[in-house]
Amino acid sequence: MHVEQPYTPKTWPESPERATLEGKNKFLGFWLFLGGETVLFASLFATYLALKDKVPNPATDVLAKDLFELPLAFLMTMLLLTSSITSVYAIYHMKNYHFKKMQAWLLITVLLGLGFLGLEIYEFYHYTHEYGFGFTTSAFSSAFYTLVGFHGAHVVFGLGWIIALMVRNAKRGLSLYNAPKFYVASIYWHFIDVVWVFIFTVVYLMGMVG
Amino acid sequence: MANNLNSNNPNVEYEYRRRRNAEEMRHQVISFAISIFLTLVAFGAVYAGFDKWFVVPVILLLAVVQVIFQLYYFMHMGNKGHEAPQLFLYGGAIIGFSILLGFLTIVWW
Repeated sequence: MHVEQPYTPKTWPESPERATLEGKNKFLGFWLFLGGETVLFASLFATYLALKDKVPNPATDVLAKDLFELPLAFLMTMLLLTSSITSVYAIYHMKNYHFKKMQAWLLITVLLGLGFLGLEIYEFYHYTHEYGFGFTTSAFSSAFYTLVGFHGAHVVFGLGWIIALMVRNAKRGLSLYNAPKFYVASIYWHFIDVVWVFIFTVVYLMGMVG
Repeated sequence: MANNLNSNNPNVEYEYRRRRNAEEMRHQVISFAISIFLTLVAFGAVYAGFDKWFVVPVILLLAVVQVIFQLYYFMHMGNKGHEAPQLFLYGGAIIGFSILLGFLTIVWW
């Protein structure tokens, strides 16, 4: 049996992402990596909470409650949350051996992710240019940009990853060789959304409350 | 999988799998709807301007519930063969939470 042998929906195995040894290893290794990512983001959240509103001059400098706006954070949240369910649809079609439908849902996921990224770039631009809130302005600003920027970098990486998989496998079709790759990329994308749930709660909503 | 189904007919197994995938997909759409609802409640609570000491615990709780939905439905952490992912993720979460508590104790005390 060759890993790139063609399948039909009927012969396609039940858990294609773990049907080969390589797939099993990817699955295990990737979850170990996510455990490490959890610790990384927890440390960044701890730093942010410890340094929140720590500015040189609290009377005049920009604080969290002056900075954040609900509509923008809400729009970004909706885009990322929706991109999570579209990648679930992609994996649903992967499990049913529908390569074209999987690619289509991945494309929608990528577009939603790009929308999120565009809003985040606008947000950072807006803060730096209209509030004078740069990376080195205060301990608060450094902690904010490090936490949210790290998440944004994960979005960039995730988008590049999914696009690379889509392009590279466009003519190849689904096989047991690339099924684990698509599966693991979708798990990464969900993890990005998990982190964002805490960011919109801890940074934006708790920042607005004061 | 055929062993668990008491059937060697590939069509039966195929139909069964398709239906189970479809049912799993339905659960995922429901959990997506719940996530949207929880998000709306969290943003609504802040928009309504309730007291800080009421809003903060509520939105943190909503975030934790939403993340559990993500992990168990979207990332299939409850499916069989996910013991190692649970160990890794919960291990990471426990270490991460200790770091959070440690930082906040040192800085805020």
